[in-house]
Amino acid sequence: MSRAPIPAAPAVAYRDDKRHWWWLPLFVAISPVLGIALTASTGQAAWLWLTPLLWYLVLPIADALVGRDRRNPPDAVVPTLESDRYYKFLVYASVPLFYVTWIVAAWALATQHYDWIGYLGVSLAVALTNGLALVVGHEIGHKTNRFEKRLAQIVLAVPAYGHFSAEHNRGHHKDVATPDDPASSRFGESLYAFVLREIPGALGRAWHDERQRLARSGKGPWSLSNELLQSFAITAVLYGGALAVWGAVLLPFLLISTFWGWQFLSTSNYIEHYGLLRQRLPDGRFERCRPEHSWNADHVISNLMLYHLQRHSDHHARPTRCYQVLRSDRAPELPSGYPLCFTLAYFPPLWRAVMDPRVLAVYGGDVTRVNIQPSKRARILARYGAGQPGAAGG
Amino acid sequence: MARYRCPGCGHVYDEQRGNPHEGFPPGTRWAQVPDDWACPDCAVRDKADFVPAPGDD
Ligand SMILES: [Zn+2]
Repeated sequence: MSRAPIPAAPAVAYRDDKRHWWWLPLFVAISPVLGIALTASTGQAAWLWLTPLLWYLVLPIADALVGRDRRNPPDAVVPTLESDRYYKFLVYASVPLFYVTWIVAAWALATQHYDWIGYLGVSLAVALTNGLALVVGHEIGHKTNRFEKRLAQIVLAVPAYGHFSAEHNRGHHKDVATPDDPASSRFGESLYAFVLREIPGALGRAWHDERQRLARSGKGPWSLSNELLQSFAITAVLYGGALAVWGAVLLPFLLISTFWGWQFLSTSNYIEHYGLLRQRLPDGRFERCRPEHSWNADHVISNLMLYHLQRHSDHHARPTRCYQVLRSDRAPELPSGYPLCFTLAYFPPLWRAVMDPRVLAVYGGDVTRVNIQPSKRARILARYGAGQPGAAGG
Repeated sequence: MARYRCPGCGHVYDEQRGNPHEGFPPGTRWAQVPDDWACPDCAVRDKADFVPAPGDD
């Protein structure tokens, strides 16, 4: 390598501070196995709760202590950073870990005779790694080559959410922050109402879009080319195989880890666009998705665990962009990283007390520009001073 | 045969190659692509946003 004496080459000097820290999510992906191993070697069943404590307690504290990071890689180094295979390798390497964790947990629950508290800890731990598998599936499902699309189907089979790529890329990104997007939450909508709308809505939209895609090739939905069914088939082999080997003792585990894993995704979606709305243009289309249509959290630690998912505005602006170069945008800010926001969202009055004023601030107090839960529309308009009788109803 | 490019992410629809995965066999004209079809790479832009791209590869 010859050294360039020209000062106009800052690209060479740039070092990505987070480079080695991107191993963190791999550690989290395998952490339930660590908990199981520590329990076996120490006799302390509390280790089975390692992963849930990490997410719900350690990460919020770490976010508060370490704080935010708004620095972005300079534009000049983005192409180099994006083509660096190291970052892709780390994501690929996490895929088998989700399988290892899931299988070791199933084995441990069937053979280690934990009490119900330990059983619950392991199930919740796997629910959280399932949630992380969804984040990984999200990262690689956005890439445009066939290999990464396939890998996304494989990793999404662990949380039994094989329809995510279709739903997310062709559905959510197209309709984000519009009233009918099942994956964008509305002002006044509780997390629980949202989950019940999102989970079936997402599956329905994914199925509809996949059916349409197949129909263009003259195929029906029940085809081997159906990419939803391909991923579900892997899930069926994994879950069915575990039940066949270890029996019904795994049923509570399957239910808890799967549904709480889905909750991880739904709660992320809930906090990512709460109340934000793309306005309708005169031609009937919605305005293009801009940074102010997503909530962001620049907290360093939770961003490392979530592959910068919390830099969400930039992700929606450039969905194919790799995680390591996602930028901090001038955009609406969450009060903390996702881990603490999850807990806020579990308590709807708390969430609304914190977030409703923030939503209104985005729109300069103009509640008519907010994405409002239809069943509460009249009440919310009245409360925030736009309640002309008969006006703007619906 | 013409080519059209997504102004958001650079994805190119080439009439000559079509996009078999999306259900458009080689030779499918741009006019035959449905109006509500979104860019398969980014979904940020729709068919209406695509711009003609130079024809040579
Ligand atoms: Zn595009």
